[in-house]
Amino acid sequence: MFGQFFQTIFQADFLFIIIRITAPILFAALAAVISEKAGVANIGLEGMMMITALFGFLFAYWTQSWVVGVLGAMLIGILLGLMMGFFSFKLKTDIILSGIAVNMLGTGGTIFLLYMFTGLRGNTGALVSPNILIPTIDIPLINKIPILGDMLSGHAILTYLAFIFVFVMRTFLYRTPLGLKIRAVGENPNAASSVGVSVIRMKYIAIAMSGALAGLGGAFMSMYYSQGWNQGMVAGRGFIALAAQAMGRGEPVGAMFSSVLFGLAQAMKTKVSGLRGMASYNYLIEMIPYVVTIIGLVFYAVSIKRKARRHQLRPIKEKLQ
Amino acid sequence: MEANEFVVRMEKITKIYPNGIAANRDVDFAIRKGEIHALIGENGAGKSTLMKILFGLEQPTDGTIYLNDERVTLSSPLEAISKGIGMVHQHFMLVPSLTVAENIVLGMAPTKGGLFIDYKEAVRLTREYSEKYNLFVEPDARVADIAVGMKQKVEILKALVRGAQVLILDEPTAVLTTQETVELFQELKNLKEQGFTIVFISHKLKEIKELTDRITIMRAGRSVGVYDTDTISEQEISRLMVGRDVVLRMDKPESVPGERVLCVEDLHYINEWDKKMLDGISFSVRQGEIVGIAGVEGNGQRELVDILFGLKVPDSGDAMIDGQSLIGLPQARIRTLGVSYVPEDRMTFGVAQTANIQENMVSDRFSQKRFNKGPLFNMKSLYDESDKLIMDYAVLCKSRSQEVGMLSGGNIQKVVVAREFSSDPILIIADQPTRGIDVGATELIRNKLVELSRAGAAVLLVSADLNEVMELSDNLIVMYNGQIAGYFDDGQWDDVMMGEYMLGLKRQSDEEIRRACHA
Repeated sequence: MFGQFFQTIFQADFLFIIIRITAPILFAALAAVISEKAGVANIGLEGMMMITALFGFLFAYWTQSWVVGVLGAMLIGILLGLMMGFFSFKLKTDIILSGIAVNMLGTGGTIFLLYMFTGLRGNTGALVSPNILIPTIDIPLINKIPILGDMLSGHAILTYLAFIFVFVMRTFLYRTPLGLKIRAVGENPNAASSVGVSVIRMKYIAIAMSGALAGLGGAFMSMYYSQGWNQGMVAGRGFIALAAQAMGRGEPVGAMFSSVLFGLAQAMKTKVSGLRGMASYNYLIEMIPYVVTIIGLVFYAVSIKRKARRHQLRPIKEKLQ
Repeated sequence: MEANEFVVRMEKITKIYPNGIAANRDVDFAIRKGEIHALIGENGAGKSTLMKILFGLEQPTDGTIYLNDERVTLSSPLEAISKGIGMVHQHFMLVPSLTVAENIVLGMAPTKGGLFIDYKEAVRLTREYSEKYNLFVEPDARVADIAVGMKQKVEILKALVRGAQVLILDEPTAVLTTQETVELFQELKNLKEQGFTIVFISHKLKEIKELTDRITIMRAGRSVGVYDTDTISEQEISRLMVGRDVVLRMDKPESVPGERVLCVEDLHYINEWDKKMLDGISFSVRQGEIVGIAGVEGNGQRELVDILFGLKVPDSGDAMIDGQSLIGLPQARIRTLGVSYVPEDRMTFGVAQTANIQENMVSDRFSQKRFNKGPLFNMKSLYDESDKLIMDYAVLCKSRSQEVGMLSGGNIQKVVVAREFSSDPILIIADQPTRGIDVGATELIRNKLVELSRAGAAVLLVSADLNEVMELSDNLIVMYNGQIAGYFDDGQWDDVMMGEYMLGLKRQSDEEIRRACHA
């Protein structure tokens, strides 16, 4: 059995799947990074992805254009973000509660909206056509390299975009005035406002960007990954992304590595459940990605605690000298 | 005197907060160009409010502000900054994870091509100002890693880079070590030579004498005088600062001190910024006496009280209750030794705001046998206990099940005091027990303190309200700079004399101070 297992794992095809599965988690993780940098905990990512996945698909179907679908999903994501911001920054609801509200809207509201707009129940299988799916691209030259080509070439455009955005995000946060202001607001709002930076505005900008990224993740799910929208297809990716953000220390590149780890866990699940004789362990196998998430968070928590302890010890040592 | 020599003139400034407290009343305040002007007064005298108004953080209820003889309204700090006013807050407004240069240019970062931050330019700008004004900082260091003294320089530079001509420094030396203070004064004198105007808020007379040109003294929300620093003696300043109109004397029975209950021996404490807060404090409190601790806030009283109630651990020294050391003990253990504590911050440490009166009143004793029936509470005895306390302490409330947070300040304090005074304590530590509460509640709390002490409890009363300590105390300790500056056991004290000890003008001999130990 293990021989069979390793055989499947050490294949270019498996690595291809990891990258494909990582992409939506990565979008959501970047969404978590940007809002967390501004001091806004966006736990509504799961719901945002559900809703934007539906709208992305619907927009694409109505216009028969995947580009409009993706842009529409981003727009809906931005609106959802601004709505959360309005409730929390203006009306002073706890941001966690507005996040939960968006998540519940994502579970219940989408079914209703789907029925209202299309008369369909539960999924959009009947509406799928090739021109509303996000196209894949073959990268010239690279696709000729044996194993690497199989791994890296032939992904959807958004998959590449997800990985490019990691570095765009890093540059944005650390190299632009707006990024500097967002980080300052997240860390010490008093300091930021004392020099005239509008704390509320920065938070709105951050959560809107977070919504746009969640929209890309949602569009990826319905318009490529699942080839159509169905209930429950986001399957906790929004929460896994929050874990990836935390494990990546809130940094874009760190979040990328954590996302890949979670992507790997998901891919394993798919592979293992496909093996012969595994059918009876189905539920156990389903757990893999979530168990990996928990283990990852435990490692993260331990390392943070150690760091904090070192930090506490330092001033005492200085005192003794 | 020509009018236009003043850069800032504030006329008839009145500030009344929505809750009715008047922080400033008809204050006139004027600063000449190129001077260092001291603003001095006790805690709560209204200095900070006046400066917050000048920096646009608060709006005056009444009065006008002129900058260079032009009438202005300052509706936000941003507006004040754009008009050349900069403020260095007591608590630094810096982002720890950013570098010094990033903090300095935050909100006005130079860019390359309008998109990316020109970090080199930010560093260059920082260096330029740093060299020009002799304020040494490391542009590339992260703020989290630099010392307090440098953080303060970063704050000053932040203001200068934004074009400040008038710099307000709110108690800048409170967080600095002696060496850093010397450095800061040199830098401030240097800035003055370059034409900057500085407002220096402080209550340290020595510093004011050394540094400033003129001085405005505030008391109880009003300005009580403007002087050239050269022409006024430190004694005179101290008298104007703390002097008061009437001193009420309380009629209380003679104290007959018994055994020593609390013994404090040579406490030393250095805070997290390496500042010596307690520097060899020794005293004792005996049965049946009230020992008052007077002093300007920030001279170590806070740290002393925290150590006595187990909230901080001293670097060296000991404190004992009936011969048993309480250092390192948890609060519950300290309580079982017979210590009760009326905290300064009653909303955080005194009560659970969303719990009801009854719950708050028994929160230190609900585990006692008489309040329990098997695994459950004996509700009747809990209710009886709290009803009795509500009566005894005249807590004004609808019922015992009313939420504590809904009560007035005075009644909240009564709830705290009712709990703390009714546990048969052998030592009561009362930290600012009557701050910010109404006259009736104040009276009740003071009477109870005297009553308990005459019944044999030892009372340690810490208060920034000079009247209160002078009235209530049988014996009085004055703290200055983490040390005991004087111990008085003759009841012969007055505010002028207290002021001189509180502000460090006078200090008793070591021998006289040692009497506080009753050894």
